Formats: sequence, C-alpha cells, structure tokens
Amino acid sequence: MKVNGKQVGGTVEPRTLLVNFIRDDLGLTGTHVGCDTGHCGACTVMVDGRTVKSCMVLAVQARGAEILTVEGLAQGDKLHPIQEAFWKNHGLQCGFCTPGLLMSGLYLLQRNPDPTDEEIRRGIEGNLCRCTGYVNVVKSVRAASKSMRKGGEGGARA
Amino acid sequence: MIPKSFDYYAPASLDEAIRLLGENEEAKVLAGGQSLLPMMKLRLAAPTALVDIAKLPGLSYVRDEGDQLAIGALTTHDSIEHDRTIKDRFTAINDAVVRIGDQQVRNIGTVGGSACHADPAADLPTVLLVLDAQFVIQGREGQRVVPARDFFVDVFATAVGHDEILTEVRLAYPPPRSASAYVKHSLREADFAIAMVGAAVTVGDGNVCRGVRIGLGSAGPTPLRATSAERYLDGKALDDDAIATAAEMAVEGADPPSDVHGSREYRMEMIKVLTRRSLKLAVGRVK
Repeated sequence: MKVNGKQVGGTVEPRTLLVNFIRDDLGLTGTHVGCDTGHCGACTVMVDGRTVKSCMVLAVQARGAEILTVEGLAQGDKLHPIQEAFWKNHGLQCGFCTPGLLMSGLYLLQRNPDPTDEEIRRGIEGNLCRCTGYVNVVKSVRAASKSMRKGGEGGARA
Repeated sequence: MIPKSFDYYAPASLDEAIRLLGENEEAKVLAGGQSLLPMMKLRLAAPTALVDIAKLPGLSYVRDEGDQLAIGALTTHDSIEHDRTIKDRFTAINDAVVRIGDQQVRNIGTVGGSACHADPAADLPTVLLVLDAQFVIQGREGQRVVPARDFFVDVFATAVGHDEILTEVRLAYPPPRSASAYVKHSLREADFAIAMVGAAVTVGDGNVCRGVRIGLGSAGPTPLRATSAERYLDGKALDDDAIATAAEMAVEGADPPSDVHGSREYRMEMIKVLTRRSLKLAVGRVK
C-alpha cells in the first residue's frame, strides 16, 4: 500500500487492525486509538480518498490502497490549511481527537468546499471530542473552508 | 481489542468466493466489515476464516432496469445517499441511510452487508421489507431470487445459505402517486434505535389508500410487517383518524425486547407514534 505518498509493505496476521499496522509497524503514531470500539473517530484516516475508522478496518482490507494519515497533511514545515485553521481557531485542546477531526474536516471540504455549519456538524458526526466541545472545531472547519477556497492548492492536494 | 485468529481469503471471483465458503464451514463473508469487525473485536463472533468480497468487481452499482432498480450488494451507504433516483422514488431508503452510523461507516459499510447481517435493530432490513425488495442470491448452482418477507429468517439470520452470497437487491418502481418514509427513535443519534417504522403508500382519488406497507424494526427477531394495520387502511381515506387507528393496530404481533435502552411498554408506545409519523410523512410526500 501507499501511505502518505510512500510505498510501504509488510506481512501481518490477518487479524491486525489497520490502525495497529499504521502505528506499530509504520511508526506513524499521529493516528490515535481512542475507544477502540468504532465510536470516537480518533483513528480516522483516508483510504483511497474516503475516511474510515482504522480500528474498524483490517490492515489486509487496505492492501494496495492509498492511505492518508495526519502525518501526510503538512508539507515540510508548512501546515495544511486545515491544520492552520484548527491552530488559529483553538479547534483543539488536549489534541487527542484532532488527527481524526482533521481527516473528517478535510474529507468534508473536498466534497463540499463551502459547507453550512449544519453540514460541518454532520461531517464531523463520527468524531467525538471530550474537551473543546465542537464550537471551535466547527469554527476551524469554516475557516479552513475559506482559506482552502482562496488558496486552491490545499483542496486539490491530499 | 484484537479479534481471534482467522484465515483470510481475498478471492478474485464470485465463484471462487462461493467455493471458499463451501470449503470453510466456519467462514464468514467480509464486505465493509462495519458490523462484523466490531463483533469480532468483542469476540461475540469468532469465524475461523473471512472471505473478503469487497474488491470483487461489478457488485457496486445502482442501475435502472426498466420496471425496477437494481442495487449491487457492495454499494456503500454513502453512494446510496447520493443517488438521485433512490432519493426521489425510494425515499424511505434515503431516510434510513443518512442516519446509518456516521460518515466513516457510510463510506465503507454496504447495503448487502447490512441486509445479510440482519440485525433486527438495524435500519436497512426494515426499509427493504417495507419496499418489498427482492434479494438476488448466488450459489454454486446458480442464482435464486428471494422476496423480503422470506429473506429475514431470524436474529442475524437470512435466507442466504452458508455457501451463497447476496449479489443484488431489486426494488420494483412504485406506481404513480406513491411515496415512502422511514422514521426511528433513539436517545442519542448514533445509538441503535429503540423503535423504527417505515411506511410505503399508494394514494388514489379522494386521498384513498390504494396500497400500503408498514414495517417495524426492533420489534421481534426479524423486521415485521404490520399486516392488520395495512389491511385496515386499504381502501380507506388516509386522514388523521384512519392513520391514528392504524397506528394503534400496528403493534399487533410486535414483540419488542425490554432492555437497558427501553422497556417493552415504552417501545410499544413508540411504535404507535412512529407508525403515525411515518404514514403522515409518506402521504405528505405523494406527488
């Protein structure tokens, strides 16, 4: 499979979850394990351009796929517009849910570049945050929508 | 949480998948895995082998076939949600899929997977019963078509045999002046519903009912048709009184569980409320 643009491979037991392959085998620990029961969305990554919860997918199901994790968002020192927006709008507090929220936010904006607040709330329905309380998350996605539409390149990339 | 060990197969064809199922008695079919994998992680399910059909070609589509719409078993909930024909002609399906799980689940979870999992508290089985869907099942000897009323057999059990695979769900286009709706009640959005009801109606002159199907979920081991309420409404004007009476009759035959999410009595009352709402919503949608 390709992860963040890099070809990677490995042999795993069939029961290995995608999130464990990403974290333990590839060392990409930006993707978090939250509830491990498919509720919280902290482990959300993109598989072939669609968000999935990587604790609810087997690594073998993603063979040959293109995976995007939070580590693949920034380009060198330059944050992705959605990361920038979360940072500037206090869209995170403890940061545990953030990798998943960034993925869900980005996925929403790729399909709907100018969402309403209600559409943003629906877009992040699969991601639980226990501290920020969503208001600033929604604000951040709204800000990212603006900057990505202005910049253009952020939406096209990733 | 890690599932129990199992062998994993990724067959290249439907025939190979069916053969593998035949050779592995404890094997399960894996599609999106959004119901199966959580159960395996909790070790409520421990199949010795998974036959992953997700990458089999040609099983993900929504196709117009003249008098019916054909939906490939591997079509995701997200694709269904964005299908115009389904939204216009089979609105109850749209009502259901927009509230299935969350975006991540809808991106990978499939119609066929949900139907075959046959959780009595899941959304699609009830809706597919209400819409009188036909299920195309492929086996070693060829394919057979099973109507919805024979498809759901018991809790987590369908008419699909061990070495068979559901390949398609077919929906007959409803006659003119028909509409459908699906409503459910849960305490929190992502929870399994306490009660769920779908309704499909065809309306004639004078607002008279020319055909109705009412389906209940979470009201027994399989989704149920509220047949006495249906019989009562047939030929009657679909006004508030008739709908209210039908709603009272809808619980006949319903046998909802009593558990931490809701008592049996509460669920029975909610079935009546939701029957009324779904009928009114469906009637209001008739153009």
